[in-house]
Amino acid sequence: MGETSNTNQHPQLTGAEILWATLAGEGVDRVFGYPGGAILPIYDALRKFPIHHILVRHEQGASHMADGYARASGKVGVCMATSGPGATNLVTGIATAMLDSIPIVCITGQVSSKVLGSDAFQEVDITGITLPITKHNFLVTRAEDIARTVREAFQVAASGRPGPVLIDITKDAQQGSAPFSFEEAAPAAYRPHPMLRAESSSIQQAIELIKQSKRPLILAGHGITHSGAEAQVLAFAERQQIPVGCTLLGLGCFPTNHPLSLGMMGMHGESWVNHAIQQADLLLAFGMRFDDRVTGNLASYAPNAKKIHIEIDPSEINKNVKADVALIGDLRETLELLLPLLPKSSDTAWLREINAMKGDAAVRDIINLPDNGHLYAAHVINDIWREAVAAGREKDTIVVTDVGQHQMWEAQYYKHDTPRSLITSGGLGTMGFALPAAIGAKVACPEKDVWVVAGDGGFQMTASELSTIVQEGLAINIAVINNGFLGMVRQWQEAFYDKNYAASPILSPDFVMLAAAHGIDGAHVSKRKDVTPAVTKARTSGKAFLINFQVEKEDGVYPMIAPGAALHEMVRRPQKDPLLETSEDE
Amino acid sequence: MLHTFVALVSDKPGVLTRVASLFRRLNINIVSLTVGESERASVSRMTIVCEAPEHAAHRIRASLYKLEITVDVDEVGRSEAVIRELCLIKVAAGPSHPLGQNSRSQIFELANVFRARVVDLAPESVMLEMTGAASKIEGLIQVITESGYTILEVSRTGRMAMRRGHHTSRVLKALGTPDGDEPSTPDFAARPKSNLLTNEFEDVHEEEE
Repeated sequence: MGETSNTNQHPQLTGAEILWATLAGEGVDRVFGYPGGAILPIYDALRKFPIHHILVRHEQGASHMADGYARASGKVGVCMATSGPGATNLVTGIATAMLDSIPIVCITGQVSSKVLGSDAFQEVDITGITLPITKHNFLVTRAEDIARTVREAFQVAASGRPGPVLIDITKDAQQGSAPFSFEEAAPAAYRPHPMLRAESSSIQQAIELIKQSKRPLILAGHGITHSGAEAQVLAFAERQQIPVGCTLLGLGCFPTNHPLSLGMMGMHGESWVNHAIQQADLLLAFGMRFDDRVTGNLASYAPNAKKIHIEIDPSEINKNVKADVALIGDLRETLELLLPLLPKSSDTAWLREINAMKGDAAVRDIINLPDNGHLYAAHVINDIWREAVAAGREKDTIVVTDVGQHQMWEAQYYKHDTPRSLITSGGLGTMGFALPAAIGAKVACPEKDVWVVAGDGGFQMTASELSTIVQEGLAINIAVINNGFLGMVRQWQEAFYDKNYAASPILSPDFVMLAAAHGIDGAHVSKRKDVTPAVTKARTSGKAFLINFQVEKEDGVYPMIAPGAALHEMVRRPQKDPLLETSEDE
Repeated sequence: MLHTFVALVSDKPGVLTRVASLFRRLNINIVSLTVGESERASVSRMTIVCEAPEHAAHRIRASLYKLEITVDVDEVGRSEAVIRELCLIKVAAGPSHPLGQNSRSQIFELANVFRARVVDLAPESVMLEMTGAASKIEGLIQVITESGYTILEVSRTGRMAMRRGHHTSRVLKALGTPDGDEPSTPDFAARPKSNLLTNEFEDVHEEEE
């Protein structure tokens, strides 16, 4: 920008002002952050711009909020922190966004360029630290470079396979000044990609494979939401009558109530989905990356199936599962190339075969068991969904989960019909994610009902953000699934470590009192009949509300695939579950 | 097996770390890595040789391309490219060597056969410079050692590779190359002369080529 001839016409702004002006130009009106010494010039300039700053209680919360904001809105989320500890506290949230390909831009203050590398007070090499967990990062040492860098960062974060980008800005760059023009700071066209266009020969091969297939299956992943390809996937599935299984992050991209929808696949996926994958003769992987939680043992994964992999990131091709046909490119564009060539089919034999497998699973399903006076997490989550449906709010509800057993129960028993209605940390599995991410989601979508579903363990990791909810006046509903254990750890210890419950029992404060200390209303629920009334009360209160669900202590998530086992070798819920027949029942 | 990648990357601070860090993350050992200027301004050219399973090549190439600093990546094999390495070898030779003054002339003979050049002569050592395929360099080193000489120092640049013929990748075409719409001109003249290292001894030998 400094080199352009007409710099005199542009207003002279400080680096800090340039940052805000560029953010505003990119359409940012909400940022999540925490001030500190090396970023004070930026905070000083904030009041001049129409951007609302949400003060977090810990910088990890800021990166999770930007993440939740991006997942709920599809826009780029922005968070900021000061140098040193502020920057390092962002790291977990950045890695979470990286593993789930979420576009966020993180801005950190940095010590002055003159003392860079001298171990100055609160100096840390944050571009070095975040190198492997960002899509790209920048160190900016001059005011005149800020606008161009920020615009490039937004482009990098949102383009191709999205991801987090960090910009580290030295204090002298914030304080310096330069002429500012948003237009002239526009980045050059995104670099061309040699592989980013499905070849027509591959398209033909894919069509041939689909025509020959008798037992095809669509594996629907997060890429569908990123690409906005929900309608194309639906058209594709309906045209060929191909059943659709979802990854955890793919939930919501295909309507659950559709006859072709099978539900979630993988480690805690539905049994009939995993069996269908193992018996399929063709897998159509749409924007998913064959994560180990989805495939089980790779050697025995879908042994009879050809694989068509549609993926925007060429480095994912043949990484875990070898593709017979790889179509590299944007999913929606690729499906639009395929759709006109796709013959219609009404062969439903394969679908009927899969549906027949559901009967056995239903018998074992905890949802179908009569009320025995005990409260199960699965019931709580199913009732939260039913309550939203009954109120006609199912398309306007976002559920943000933490990580662990409750996350899997949510994926199984909350039936997501709408894209972006489930926000969860899939790739990194970050406990403590739910509460701050829900704040980001609520800020992005204030008209929607936002539910936090968190365990008693993960909730305590970031519970300090309750205070942020109150300061921002956000009506967020919180369901703490409280079983007194780090439940998933306990389940693994039960299954693989001889019930040696090392460090998995966890003591919690009275969460309702904790909420009350923040000025948030709450309720304790330990009976099934009290679940729905409490949920309705929370949803209609118009304010934040916390419900502590005291659930069965040693319940397990089923089905379950042991690590290293094949996808069809599922551990099923014991039919005579000792939990369901306790002495209290007699 | 050995894979050879040519990467065109932006000429900015930290770029080498990004490339090296990628190989570290994949737990792949870099055999050699050379970086230098390319024919276009602000783009460096790297030749990276690494030891990895055969099927890893696609993933390495795609991962390299994922780096935002990467302009283009190519994987080159032995047959389709010229692959060269530069090597400096300092050998103990001179009056106090067991072969006395003959020690030098024998080194000169060996150098001649291998088309290495003598680039420095000191009372007790001779420095040879050689370019060629890695195997040729290793051959010279082996012969020197087996002839009873002591090698004092070896410095090898690692391999550099360039495809044979009029090959240009699709990306380079898109960016504007001699094949594309916009011809690119090397930018060497614009660089400050003071950056050039002087090597007067080498100038004397330049005529031999």
